[in-house]
Amino acid sequence: MARINLILLALLTACALGLVTSQHQARKLFAELEHEQNLAKQLEVEWGQLQLEQSTWAMHARVEKVARERLHMSVPDARRTQVVLPAAAAGR
Amino acid sequence: MNYAASPVLALRLPLWRSRLLLALIAGGFLVLAGRAVYLQGLNNDFLQQKGESRYSRVLEISANRGKITDRHGEALAISTPVKSVWAIPEEVQYSSQQRARLAALLELSPREIDKRLNEATAFVYLKRQIAPEVAERVGELRISGLFQNREYRRYYPGGEVMAQVLGFTGADDAGQEGIELAFQSTLAGKSGSRRVIKDRLGQIVEDTESIREAQNGRDLVLALDARLQNLAFSQLKRAVNSTKAKAGAIVVLDAKTGEVLALANLPTYNPNNRNRLAGAQLRNRVITDTFEPGSTLKPFTVAVAIEQGKATPASVIATAGGSLSIGKATIHDAHRFGDMTVAQVIQRSSNVGAAKIALSLPAEAMWGMFDQVGFGAAPRLGFPGEAGGKLRAYKSWRPIEQATMAYGHGISVSLLQLARAYTIFARDGELMPLSLLRIDTPPVGKQVISAATAHKLRDMLELAVQPGGTAPRARVMGYRVAGKTGTAHKEENGGYAERKYVSSFVGLAPASDPRLVIAVMLDEPSAGEYYGGVVAAPVFSAVMGGALRMLGVPPDAPLNPLELPPEGSEIKESV
Repeated sequence: MARINLILLALLTACALGLVTSQHQARKLFAELEHEQNLAKQLEVEWGQLQLEQSTWAMHARVEKVARERLHMSVPDARRTQVVLPAAAAGR
Repeated sequence: MNYAASPVLALRLPLWRSRLLLALIAGGFLVLAGRAVYLQGLNNDFLQQKGESRYSRVLEISANRGKITDRHGEALAISTPVKSVWAIPEEVQYSSQQRARLAALLELSPREIDKRLNEATAFVYLKRQIAPEVAERVGELRISGLFQNREYRRYYPGGEVMAQVLGFTGADDAGQEGIELAFQSTLAGKSGSRRVIKDRLGQIVEDTESIREAQNGRDLVLALDARLQNLAFSQLKRAVNSTKAKAGAIVVLDAKTGEVLALANLPTYNPNNRNRLAGAQLRNRVITDTFEPGSTLKPFTVAVAIEQGKATPASVIATAGGSLSIGKATIHDAHRFGDMTVAQVIQRSSNVGAAKIALSLPAEAMWGMFDQVGFGAAPRLGFPGEAGGKLRAYKSWRPIEQATMAYGHGISVSLLQLARAYTIFARDGELMPLSLLRIDTPPVGKQVISAATAHKLRDMLELAVQPGGTAPRARVMGYRVAGKTGTAHKEENGGYAERKYVSSFVGLAPASDPRLVIAVMLDEPSAGEYYGGVVAAPVFSAVMGGALRMLGVPPDAPLNPLELPPEGSEIKESV
């Protein structure tokens, strides 16, 4: 009888310790998850800012200005343009 | 001495004393048990709440406002988080050194900070919407009584080019103008909240419940094409500067789908820096302002006549003499050409011809046409402040009014309504519903005139941009163009202003299978020239040419260089 009780006591202690450890593990993992989620949010914000930056740099008014003034480019007029129709449209 | 024989032990105390003691102790335990039951079972809310507040917190989850992009996904409006610095003035304590640092960081003078702090006692914003990096440095000053909260600020990379279309949001991230206001419910996010358990270090260890999910606002894809928008804006700007016009507007419609591909206004403003804004800059003239369109309405009058069988393009109208008297009023033409065919009335924009055609028509039929192409009713785009214009009931028309309406006076429309009405000529008689958002399947139009009539009108409108018409400057190399000029005296104080004009041009191309409808309007051009064919048509030509090239529309005309007629040789239209 006493032996069974001792075994059960040992089991109980083991279970209790297991519970504590797993709870601790869960919390640690949760904190990690939380951290990663915050990071994701931060990256999202950064992505938004980068998108903003990209579209600011790529604004057509700016591109056109750079092309004209710095690269001395110009739009070819219609006389120097050869229009190639897509095969489907040409076959009609 | 024997212990057991002690006489003290032999002493008998009365039994009630021990009983009383027992009862008292038992009673004490009962009271304790009762209190415990009361606190833990019956009235436990208060303590539970207190206990929870030691470890559980409700966190706000912020939601993003949706992006606005053009039809190709280019970002036109994006929100990014910023910080606002606020203070509880009663609690603010800082050294003069800290104050100087704070003032420098917030770009305020120290005296201004003092003034703000003296304004209120409980709450005051020191500065709203500052960059997160600056906010962090403000936080490092560790001034008590100073707090920060997170807000969103909206940026518009396109700046002034599409300011009136997009509108803007206020400091609380709610739309105040334009599309930001019109689609507020779509764009706005709903912030959520959740309850969490924090440990003594303030780290979240457990998520106990999600009270409300945060919902980010949805992204909005506009019909606008940023390249076309920029082209339209820059050409309009050039024209407004060179003609010294007070204002200008342009709209580009896709004739196939009814989408608004570009829409620009001048004067304009920079939505990223909205100091000193005036009403004139904010107005989206294309949508919210109406004007008397003038000759651009003549094609509709002629369309009624052809639909009713009252005329064909070749029927001759007795316009010789160049004037027509109705009652006390007289209508004049700018040039005398002798009698003209209906096609020539459009080509040379004859007021007398249009008036004579109108007088041969029942008022009801003319009203019916104007009504069906959408004049007098707002186009229902969902845009704030859409104008419907003025179209009076035909029963109250007098003959002179019917005659003047034939060439666009006594009726007012917005530029958007005018461009939309021209879709009936671009689409074989169908009027298209318009859309500010990109649509994947084109909607079904409403048949207003027959395809045959639409073709005849398109041919006449093509004549108007040929040499001998009012707008040879509207031509585009490589494409057949059709269009009509308009020049009208401005209405002022109930009459017409002598020297103030609204010049316009509405046209479509390529005429063989129209893809785009473009309407241009210049308000009070005052550099000498004011005819629509001289000031507005070149804008149309430049934008149409560029747009067709960008969209890859195959040319339908030989690529011969256009020879512009010498200055001042085009047919002056009647005003």
